[in-house]
Amino acid sequence: MRRQPNSTRRQFLGLAGGAAVAGAIPIVTVRPAEATPAMLASAIRNVTGGATVKTGKVKLDVPPLVENGNTVPMTVTVAHPMAPEDHVKSIHVFNEKNPQPNIANFYLGPHNGRAQVSTRIRLADSQKVVAIAKLSDGSFWSASVDVVVTLAACTEEVI
Amino acid sequence: MASALINVPPKAKRGDIIEIKTLMSHIMETGYRHTAAGEVVPRDIITSFTCRFNGNEIFRADLFPAIAANPFITFFTTVTESGKFEFEWIGDSGFSETASASISVE
Repeated sequence: MRRQPNSTRRQFLGLAGGAAVAGAIPIVTVRPAEATPAMLASAIRNVTGGATVKTGKVKLDVPPLVENGNTVPMTVTVAHPMAPEDHVKSIHVFNEKNPQPNIANFYLGPHNGRAQVSTRIRLADSQKVVAIAKLSDGSFWSASVDVVVTLAACTEEVI
Repeated sequence: MASALINVPPKAKRGDIIEIKTLMSHIMETGYRHTAAGEVVPRDIITSFTCRFNGNEIFRADLFPAIAANPFITFFTTVTESGKFEFEWIGDSGFSETASASISVE
C-alpha cells in the first residue's frame, strides 16, 4: 500500500523530465543548422575556384518583401549572348541564412538561346540571395538581392 | 502518385526561342524539420532535373532543400527541328520520374 504513492511520483517526475528534454531538443539542434556568411563564401569559392567575381550582367528577380518564405518566385536573367563561342555555361544561386548555402545550380549551353531560368525557392530568414553566372570564357558575374521574409520556411514543426 | 505538368508550345518556327515550363509534384522535405516529439523528419527531395531534346541534353539543374515544394522550373531553348523533349527528375529514396512533350517545327 505504501509503495503506490512513491511510484506514481517517480513516474510523474520521469515524464516531466522527458517532456523537458523533448522540448529542448529542437532548440538545441536548430541553432547550429544555419548557414553563415562564411559558409556562403566557401560555397561560392567551390564554384568559382577563387576566381574574381564581377558585379553586373546578372539580373536576379526576387520580391524584396516576402510574406511566405516557403515559396518565393525567383528569376535569374543573364544579359549575355548565347553564341557557340561565347555563352553562359551555368547559373548558381546561393543564400546567406538557410541551413545550407546552396539553392540551385543550372547548366546551360548555346542552344538555350536566352540565359534565363525561373523557379520557386524557400527562405528561412530575411537575408541576402546571390546569383552567380559562369561564362564560357571562364569569367564570373554576380548579382545579389536583400530579401525581407515575414514567415520563415523550414523551421516549423510537423504535426 | 507523382505527376508532372509540362508546358511546351506544340508548334514553332525554325530558330525561335521558346519557353519551357515544368512542374513536378513532390513534397521536397528539407530534412531540417522536426516532429512535435523532436525527431528529425528525414530529407526527401528531388536532387536533379534534366531535359533532353532528341537525346541531347539541353538543360540540367541541381536542386537543394531550398527549392520550394512541387519544383517549378522554367527555361528557354532554341528550336531548329521537330522532335521530342524528354524530362527526368531524380531524387532521394529512389525517386525517378520522366515526362515528354513533342514540338513540330516548320
